[in-house]
Amino acid sequence: MTLLPSISTSFTGAMPPLLAVSLRAAWLVYSGLALFNGLDLELAGGSFTCLLGPSGIGKSSLLRLLAGLTSPGVSGELRGGDGQSLTGRVAYMAQQDLLLPWLSVLDNITLGNRLRGEKADQQQALNLLEHVGLADAAFTRPDTLSGGMRQRAALARTLMEDRPVVLMDEPFSGLDALTRLRLQALSAQLLAGRTVLLVTHDPLEALRMGDHILIMNGRPATLSALPDLPGASPRDPGDPAVQDAYRAILRMLGAV
Amino acid sequence: MSRLGRALVTMGGLLLIWQAVVTLGELPPYLLPDPWAVVTRLWRDAGLLLSHAGVTALEIVLGMLLGTLLGSISALALSYSQWVRHWLLPILIASQAIPVFAIAPLLVLWLGYGLASKIAMATLIIYFPVTANFYDGLRHTPHGWLDLARVMAPADRRWAVLRYIVMPAALPALGSGLRVAAAVAPIGAVLGEWVGSSAGLGYLMLHANSRMQIDLLFAALLTLATLAVGLYFTVDAGLKWLLPWHSPNPEDLDID
Repeated sequence: MTLLPSISTSFTGAMPPLLAVSLRAAWLVYSGLALFNGLDLELAGGSFTCLLGPSGIGKSSLLRLLAGLTSPGVSGELRGGDGQSLTGRVAYMAQQDLLLPWLSVLDNITLGNRLRGEKADQQQALNLLEHVGLADAAFTRPDTLSGGMRQRAALARTLMEDRPVVLMDEPFSGLDALTRLRLQALSAQLLAGRTVLLVTHDPLEALRMGDHILIMNGRPATLSALPDLPGASPRDPGDPAVQDAYRAILRMLGAV
Repeated sequence: MSRLGRALVTMGGLLLIWQAVVTLGELPPYLLPDPWAVVTRLWRDAGLLLSHAGVTALEIVLGMLLGTLLGSISALALSYSQWVRHWLLPILIASQAIPVFAIAPLLVLWLGYGLASKIAMATLIIYFPVTANFYDGLRHTPHGWLDLARVMAPADRRWAVLRYIVMPAALPALGSGLRVAAAVAPIGAVLGEWVGSSAGLGYLMLHANSRMQIDLLFAALLTLATLAVGLYFTVDAGLKWLLPWHSPNPEDLDID
């Protein structure tokens, strides 16, 4: 059992500048059926947005579109807040940790540098591993880690990329409840100052993590924003405001 | 009982049946020698058998090395270049319709009675399993890893993605190819020796057969079997040692 490390100092010297994201007229047809059509999405620079919706609604496809992982049948006009392309300015974290089993945890963290042919800052990587509580595991292979530890390694890899925009596709859904709560808190702390879009099907996760919450529903799907909650994330799931919003979301999604 | 113990009991049983067939069937030694005669031969002609086994082993090992090298290069070329795939893959598959046995006499004609023709046989016989398995592995990289690489690195870093993700991910598949190769390479070498040679276990077997030294034929056969089994287990153990992250691990780690 590993305890959550306390975050005392900023771990990156200079954060990348804030970058807003704008997606216009996004369009996705999947086997003849329009999952969404003419969808617009704006993410304010440095904000943490959660995208909530039932499974199969197209949340992941929308996230992949933002990540530049386009496939046939998907299109949309994607720009950074500065009008430039987002290519090379996005980090991606998936539901699976996607750690390469033949590399040590440390080498996994610096994979992006190696793929780009850059020299990786080992000290920075070790520093990040310490912040996610994996300093002792730096030189072990991922198959010796538990699910929670693996996902923390994936978080460190995402942070090592040091990109202004971070896209996360249900990164905590495979974890047990306690590990999930700890990882949510850790991510909220470490990702502060970046433009984050987190896709989830868990309303409580969205309420705990998000500055803004978007609900994706219907077919073709539309996005509707929920009123922003008071207080900074990570919020206490027992907070009455969170509980009220939770009930409102369940009503909106037709669950109660 | 341990695995080795069970194997010994089975072998002992088979030897008893063998002895029983010889004794009860009153078979002459030039049709089926009794096990004791074969053991005596093995002991008395150990030097002769070992020197011929050395030649065959050299042919097999060199054929394995050459076949693995050529097969791996072919698989990489096939996976990397659409042009190679387009023009060479159909021919490669069609070429497998030609039995290697049928071209053995040609190889002996072109390469002579020495080592070269046997190495060529072993190389040819393992080339296809190595190429096919490795190529299959190169084509089936898990999508998540490729998505991650696409977000991390620009599209022109294809070679880096091949080197750091696709190729290591395909090594277990190459390993399967090498296990098949270890099992069939001795066939290639012995076949080459049968067609024309002056040394090796295949040569010794033909020679003993023509002189009715059936006990020596059996002794050579046993030596060859030991050699082949030894080669297989050496390759298997080597692969497990080189690819520790791929060793099938039935119990799920639960340490969090």
